[in-house]
Amino acid sequence: MTDRSALQPMPGASGGTLGVAPDAQARFRPLQVIGRNFLVWRKLMFSSLVGNLVDPLIFLVGLGYGLGAFLPALDGVPYLNFLAAGMLCYSTMNSASFEALWSAYSRLAVQRTWEGILHAPMTVRDVVLGEWLWAGACKALLSGVAILLVMYGLGVVDGLRPLTVLPVVVLIGLCFSGIALVVTTLARSYDSFTYYFTLVITPMMFLSGVFFPRNSLPEAIRLVARVLPLSHGVDLVRGITLGRPLEHPLLNIAVLLGYGLLGVALAIRIARRRLTK
Amino acid sequence: MTDPVPTAAVLAVRELRKSYGGVPAVRGVGFAVPAGECFGLLGPNGAGKTTTLRCCLGLTAPDSGTVELAGLPVPQAAREARYRVGVVPQFDNLDPDFTVTENLVIFARYFGIPAAQARANVPKLLEFAGLGDKATAKIDALSGGMKRRLTIARSLVNDPQVIFMDEPTTGLDPQARHLVWDRLKSLLNAGKTLILTTHFMDEAERLCQRVGIMDRGELIALDSPRNLIEREIEPQVVEIYGDGVRDWAAAFGRTASSRIEVAGETAFCYAHDATALLATLDGWPRLRALKRAANLEDVFIKLTGRDIRD
Repeated sequence: MTDRSALQPMPGASGGTLGVAPDAQARFRPLQVIGRNFLVWRKLMFSSLVGNLVDPLIFLVGLGYGLGAFLPALDGVPYLNFLAAGMLCYSTMNSASFEALWSAYSRLAVQRTWEGILHAPMTVRDVVLGEWLWAGACKALLSGVAILLVMYGLGVVDGLRPLTVLPVVVLIGLCFSGIALVVTTLARSYDSFTYYFTLVITPMMFLSGVFFPRNSLPEAIRLVARVLPLSHGVDLVRGITLGRPLEHPLLNIAVLLGYGLLGVALAIRIARRRLTK
Repeated sequence: MTDPVPTAAVLAVRELRKSYGGVPAVRGVGFAVPAGECFGLLGPNGAGKTTTLRCCLGLTAPDSGTVELAGLPVPQAAREARYRVGVVPQFDNLDPDFTVTENLVIFARYFGIPAAQARANVPKLLEFAGLGDKATAKIDALSGGMKRRLTIARSLVNDPQVIFMDEPTTGLDPQARHLVWDRLKSLLNAGKTLILTTHFMDEAERLCQRVGIMDRGELIALDSPRNLIEREIEPQVVEIYGDGVRDWAAAFGRTASSRIEVAGETAFCYAHDATALLATLDGWPRLRALKRAANLEDVFIKLTGRDIRD
């Protein structure tokens, strides 16, 4: 390899023209981060989709039929129908949270993927927004659609109206991926995520009306539940899937969006401090 | 110290300062790199090399001072400047979820390069990196040297004017290092500007037209390796080691050499003519001597000392 004549010429020695994209200002750069994550997901698509389908199916069949057999009608509907709306929210929350915690943290701290992206003409905001939309919209929607299919399959919902939960699924996803990204950008190891699940996600699951109506909770706890974002997701989704009028749709949407936007804005600031100090 | 900024500079750094929690990391560094040069930033651990590099790329905002990269002010227009810049980081951050080819194509997307164009460039890049037969290999299947070459290939996806490399051969075996050097020379022949940090003086001496030596956040020397050696140090070095080296040094060290340093069991003797010095060894059969020409490492040690920096 010391023979200079044997060296391959440098590909395109023009110097910086190829990389200067004419649409540099126009393109929505977080899309490149979403695209990257999508290509990885596509490689593991099969197992991921099976998980998305089987997990809620087991919950719905096990709890819905098993436990439902002992229960009277809840809110005037069979327990399975009541539970399905809650499961849709719970699975969406989980799916977005897992992606924005463990997976995003791997890309931030273990694989240094974010660092690599920042060596290209991308900013911390591009990266965090991309992760937020990937976990909160794409992954949440994948899991939401899977559960909706299960619900159609079990005859819990029919017609076209239940499809209007899909924008709500995205709202729930963006809400929880935003909050999770704050934890991720602060985290120094995967251990923080176990705490977050134990202290935030699990109480959220039990207090937000996923498994039982919130009005069976004591008054004080019910007040706490009202500030939990998942409660607002459950209210929207249950209203839609049970075909009932929504009580406070704008408030519900505002709370979910507020948590999500606040979370991602904070995560961008923290990530900037962490990566560009 | 500061050197005048030529108009054709690809990188111009002036009076750069950066502190972390009140502790200065970079204290008034200034230098300029003309197009086509290989510039090396040397210094012990903690000298401020990596901080300087990060400021140049706009990944860290300096407390004061200015950086101009590819004609653009940094950090203000750092993102735009990076369209013309390649980066080879100290720690590989290749994407382990992707194959060799996918790594190049996906990195090109971050520059807004269309996938078809990026894919068309892959064979040339892999050929250049000596990875022509690894197009579909997983990253885990590559050796350390291959990963480094792929990272270099990745830094070229946007056909940059200037490439920053943070310790490009650290952790590689000698064969892999020589191959990387060879590739870097080929980049220089193609007219690219290289800015690298390194701990290896032979690497700097071999590749760099000019080196800047940093210590404690300051640039303490800036010139070609040859000029630094001529100016800073005696031309001949004799390393003497073995039992009784300290006795010999006490008896002859000061008189036979113009400068002597004893480190551990070795005496480093610097001289303009080592003949007389070598003659003093006749009565010391247990001592061994190695005579060699002064090199950049001698300059580095003279300027930054022998103390360990952690």
